[in-house]
Amino acid sequence: MGRTLAQKVWDDHVVRRAEGEPDLLYIDLHLTHEVTSPQAFDGLRAAGRSVRRTDLTIATEDHNVPTTDIDKPIADPISRAQIDALRVNTAEFGIENYELGNKEQGIVHIIAPQSGLTQPGMTIVCGDSHTSTHGAFGSIGMGIGTSEVEHVLATQTLPLNPFKTMAITVNGKLPAGVTSKDLILAIIAEIGTGGGQGYILEYRGEAIRALSMEGRMTMCNMSIEAGARAGMIAPDETTYEYVRGREHAPTGADWDAAVAYWKTLPSDADAVFDKEVIIDATKLSPFVTWGTNPGQGAPLSATVPSPDDFTDEVDKVATEKALAYMDLTAGMPIRDIKIDTVFIGSCTNGRIEDLRAAAEVLKGKKIADGMRMMVVPGSVRVRLEAMAEGLDKVFAEAGAEWREAGCSMCLGMNPDKLSPGERSASTSNRNFEGRQGPGGRTHLVSPAVAAATAIRGTLSSPADLVGSN
Amino acid sequence: MDKFTVHTGTGAPLRASNVDTDQIIPAEYLKRITRHGFEDGLFSAWRKDENFVLNKPEHQGVSVLVAGPDFGTGSSREHAVWALMDYGFKVVISSRFADIFRGNSGKQGLLTAVVDQSAVEQLWKIIEEAPETPVTVDLAEQIITAAGFTTKFEVDSYVRWRLMEGLDDIGLTLKHVDEIEAFEAKRPSFKPKTV
Ligand code: SF4
Repeated sequence: MGRTLAQKVWDDHVVRRAEGEPDLLYIDLHLTHEVTSPQAFDGLRAAGRSVRRTDLTIATEDHNVPTTDIDKPIADPISRAQIDALRVNTAEFGIENYELGNKEQGIVHIIAPQSGLTQPGMTIVCGDSHTSTHGAFGSIGMGIGTSEVEHVLATQTLPLNPFKTMAITVNGKLPAGVTSKDLILAIIAEIGTGGGQGYILEYRGEAIRALSMEGRMTMCNMSIEAGARAGMIAPDETTYEYVRGREHAPTGADWDAAVAYWKTLPSDADAVFDKEVIIDATKLSPFVTWGTNPGQGAPLSATVPSPDDFTDEVDKVATEKALAYMDLTAGMPIRDIKIDTVFIGSCTNGRIEDLRAAAEVLKGKKIADGMRMMVVPGSVRVRLEAMAEGLDKVFAEAGAEWREAGCSMCLGMNPDKLSPGERSASTSNRNFEGRQGPGGRTHLVSPAVAAATAIRGTLSSPADLVGSN
Repeated sequence: MDKFTVHTGTGAPLRASNVDTDQIIPAEYLKRITRHGFEDGLFSAWRKDENFVLNKPEHQGVSVLVAGPDFGTGSSREHAVWALMDYGFKVVISSRFADIFRGNSGKQGLLTAVVDQSAVEQLWKIIEEAPETPVTVDLAEQIITAAGFTTKFEVDSYVRWRLMEGLDDIGLTLKHVDEIEAFEAKRPSFKPKTV
């Protein structure tokens, strides 16, 4: 019987397989950052252990860093302590750390693909749930806990139990103006935030093949929001072209050997998935969330749902609670929801293509009166690339703030936060209560919708701008 | 991780059921960056009460916690186990533990011994009457003894083996280091390196 992409990558990394034990998997790349690593290093120190493969490990500072005045000391003592600990730990254990101010610094899931460290057919882990991003290259990318971080540091392996596979086939072409973010939000709304539990998802079909690597990363990034362990997309010419020539990409004979191997990875025609979901791309339109989990979403053209729209008692209660927290009335058009903060950035949509998409909408326009708009590149490289293209000027002229690289307003862990009651349209991945700051309200959107919303002041798509302004 | 065969120490009777991990250590302690020093967070809300068992002079230096049923429910935080161990506990005895807490304990080297609730009551009585009574927990024999009272206890056989061998997860994996090396020797040269 044929094997799936996920099974092939898994099998190729099994160090040890024994009856009644989890598989011991080899880890090709371990990404670390300041929040989930300190106790892991402390554990190593206490046990007198070292890092097995410093050459397969990298660190960066992202969750806690400020995105303005980065030359000044970090004000929050806990953030500062975590960053200081990372610097001490990486120096002591011999791991390269991309410190704040380094041109390689940025969000952990942005820096690895951009430098070519993320390639097809790898196992990649990080103490962060959005490690699923790297699945866009046809790798298994998994978020792990602090004990597991310590385990990987010490052994470069991880004991893991088997998984199930789910194929999500997206047939047809996405209509103009519909992006990968809209698609993944629609998929999560369809299968639910627990729909992927215990599965590795594989996105396939015509619409997926047509996506750029950036778009594929956005899709895989949010697999975790459907409860999945990982999300993957088979490598193809688009993948090879993205990797080719990057700093850590193979060269010469190694490149040829790598491509030959990568070509063996796509799921076999007779591979059997444990579950299959089929999505019709042609029926999709810009999609946004109205509630307090990423599955509570609807097309921008819809109205805010009512608890009565749901038959399931749990959904009813969840909807009621979400509407109360979000201060929304059932039945109101989603397009009428007034927004006061727009955030473009995060490991979901903080790549160059995302910034280009937003800039294209904003070019020559002004954001609405009283609107706060923050544009935060996902890495220093993305920042420099955007500036070389003049995108920073487009944002500044429109009235947006152009910031330094980091996780920023994706989570309320650094100075960029929502105040209680503030409402954002955000290109990030989680709209949980208080995620962007205590009492803050989040609507997840694509970069294009975020930009159009900044201009109109209510949730909008670029199509809504035609004829206005 | 130290090998565990027999442990003898004094006990603390915690007359409470459903002690969740928020009670064991509140969330505010989770922001720390060290793996040690969580003893001050252990039962921190309860320790504000001077009559709380761990505040009593006769229960200083204890290492065996005897608790009511359903110990360790709630959030999966590993800090709960760290806090108990940092405080000096080697064994927790209860009639029922939450699964995740039991799993976390086994990984860190804290023994969770399961006995009947009647045995818990008996131990409470013995310790309260004579706090200095040594409580002996014999993992090899799976027996607890205190002042002439003896009871069998249950522990997962895999966890028991690991505790007796003194192997944490990493130690277990490193037993197979030759297999890891063999795998590394075959890794293709095109795989990327960070440096
Ligand atoms: S951008 Fe957000 S989701 Fe991504 S790594 Fe940073 S905090 Fe996590």
